[in-house]
Amino acid sequence: MSSTAITREYTPGFYEGDRPKVVTSRFEYEDSHTLDRYLATGGYQGLKKAVEMTPDEMSAEVKASTLLGRGGAGFPAGVKWGFTPQGVWPRYLVVNGDESEPGTYKDRLLMERDPHQLIEGCLIASYAAGLSQVFLYVRGEMPLAHERIAQALDDAYEAGYIGKNIMGTDLSVDIILHWGAGAYVVGEETALIESLEGERGMPRLKPPYFPAAIGLYGQPTIVNNVETLANLPFIANEGSAEYLKIGTETSPGTRMVAISGHVKRPGVYEIVNGSTTFRDIIYGDEFCQGIRDDNELKAFVPGGGSAPWFLPDQLDVAFESKEAGAAGSMLGSGAVMVMDDTTDIPEAALTLVRFYAHESCGKCVPCREGGTWLLRILERICSGHGTDADLDLIYEVGQSICPGDMPHASSERLGLDAVPFPYKMTTICFVGPSAYASIHSPLVLFRDEFEAKVTAAPKRISIPVAIAGS
Amino acid sequence: MSRLSDSNVVLAHEIISRYPRKKSALIPLLHLSQQQNGYVTDEAMRHLAELLDITPAEVIGTATFYEMFKFEEVGKYVINVCGTLSCALLGAHDLLHHAEQKLGIKAGSTTSDGMFTLEHAECQAACTEAPTLQVNYRHKYRVTTADFDAMVDDLRAGKLDSEIPPHGTLGRNRQHIPADKFVGAPAPESVTEPPAWIPVTVGDDS
Repeated sequence: MSSTAITREYTPGFYEGDRPKVVTSRFEYEDSHTLDRYLATGGYQGLKKAVEMTPDEMSAEVKASTLLGRGGAGFPAGVKWGFTPQGVWPRYLVVNGDESEPGTYKDRLLMERDPHQLIEGCLIASYAAGLSQVFLYVRGEMPLAHERIAQALDDAYEAGYIGKNIMGTDLSVDIILHWGAGAYVVGEETALIESLEGERGMPRLKPPYFPAAIGLYGQPTIVNNVETLANLPFIANEGSAEYLKIGTETSPGTRMVAISGHVKRPGVYEIVNGSTTFRDIIYGDEFCQGIRDDNELKAFVPGGGSAPWFLPDQLDVAFESKEAGAAGSMLGSGAVMVMDDTTDIPEAALTLVRFYAHESCGKCVPCREGGTWLLRILERICSGHGTDADLDLIYEVGQSICPGDMPHASSERLGLDAVPFPYKMTTICFVGPSAYASIHSPLVLFRDEFEAKVTAAPKRISIPVAIAGS
Repeated sequence: MSRLSDSNVVLAHEIISRYPRKKSALIPLLHLSQQQNGYVTDEAMRHLAELLDITPAEVIGTATFYEMFKFEEVGKYVINVCGTLSCALLGAHDLLHHAEQKLGIKAGSTTSDGMFTLEHAECQAACTEAPTLQVNYRHKYRVTTADFDAMVDDLRAGKLDSEIPPHGTLGRNRQHIPADKFVGAPAPESVTEPPAWIPVTVGDDS
């Protein structure tokens, strides 16, 4: 397994420093993925504490911790569990391990480095919310995660932590490892469920298909992100009060953040939620240690490919969802991509638009056609064949995907007004609007760079009607 | 030979039994057939339809949605070079260009000796280790052009056989649930009672 394992010399020190660690506490061990190491470091203690409580008490504990979902939307996990209709059985848990938002790289680490923590999280969630079967949907392009999780599941079954009558209690849950096969859109929860049912992974319309009410096989289904569930053993073990001591009031706990691009020490860091600023992350000694070659920072993407970009004067914004929202962007899945002053902005935007155009599932026309249009226009601009009319055409195509603006926070700089719920978009899921969002902010912020690549559009010749008709 | 082998049929039934509805096993079974044959053959898809009680059209309908399933022969090693933002910022474009030169093929095609298929890929969740590529979905981090050349030579010489299985093999081990511990996957309509650990009085809380 040496080819894909994360070795010590690579991402040096990403787990070092004395920051509080909730989900990466075992990453310092070479054998962190084994049951022996897990048990030696307090593993399955959270589950033991959980089954001593009633399911309602455990559920209340998670609600009290205000653990926010880490998949991108940031919805409180405990509240989400409460949306399941009463008295409807069976209920399922689907674990969203289809991580593929550009820049995001945390769930794979959690699955490869500490699979038992995720398994324990699944069991605690199942106990609290009465979920009788767990499906661990892991992205297909992550064979090491598959191998490690398969091994961890086998060991845990063997040791009596999964299956019938777990640890001698009434709790009986199966965890099934399910393989994805390569589709970004499957990260959307309803598409994930479609894919798990053996269909094409296309999103379902909400309403009525809110997974908590009508999910897998039409039953109530909880869909949680890997990182969200990985937090549960800590909450069950230490209690919500301990958890709330970390981070800020609105964003408790820690977050995994992947910082990539032109920084000296890119890596995945577990940071204290809410109080750490982007300046700390990008320039801090503990983290990325500044821009490569000491170049100037040009721009950075604060939260995955679809988040509007930030400029250097926004470095002091805290990594907190409300603050990032007020500054006109979002944190999404915790992915920061940093660009220095050598970056060709239109080319950079092109890679993101290509991603979303490529990953459109084709169910909604505005996304399928619009994404491809945006890509073609941008390719034309980058190859020197664009005209200035193309720049406005980008807005026009974008407006047909999401009339109103993306995301839904207001930004004076980007000329966006806040769009209250329900969002104005002509597609079912956010892949289409993301394609536009990934070009909208670079185009507004760096319009001069785009203009430098285009020529003036030829004047339209109007042919007199008499000649045209003759 | 492209139907599932007898041992794989046994495995297929084991996988199917884990799901409340048979069709859910379709994607894992497509991986299984790809592992056996290197790609998904028409005959294998018909066989899967028989195993799952669905039509072959439903199988091909689902299979064609997903990028990892190949419907014609590909190289023993499929090399995916990531080209999304983080990798692009750190030279993915040049790496792909170099790969095309080294292998003598354009991205999207296979070398004439059937060893390598080269593809341009989107984000592979290794953004902090850019530029990245995957060989049969096994990551290689911070790949320089020299690394790439060395890797291709090693693959040709068979030096990496122990690390990288031929295309189609997703995991080298798979989950095995012991029969005595397996709770079971009843069809959802046959379950009306709450799970055993939920107190009977539940139903009118919050």
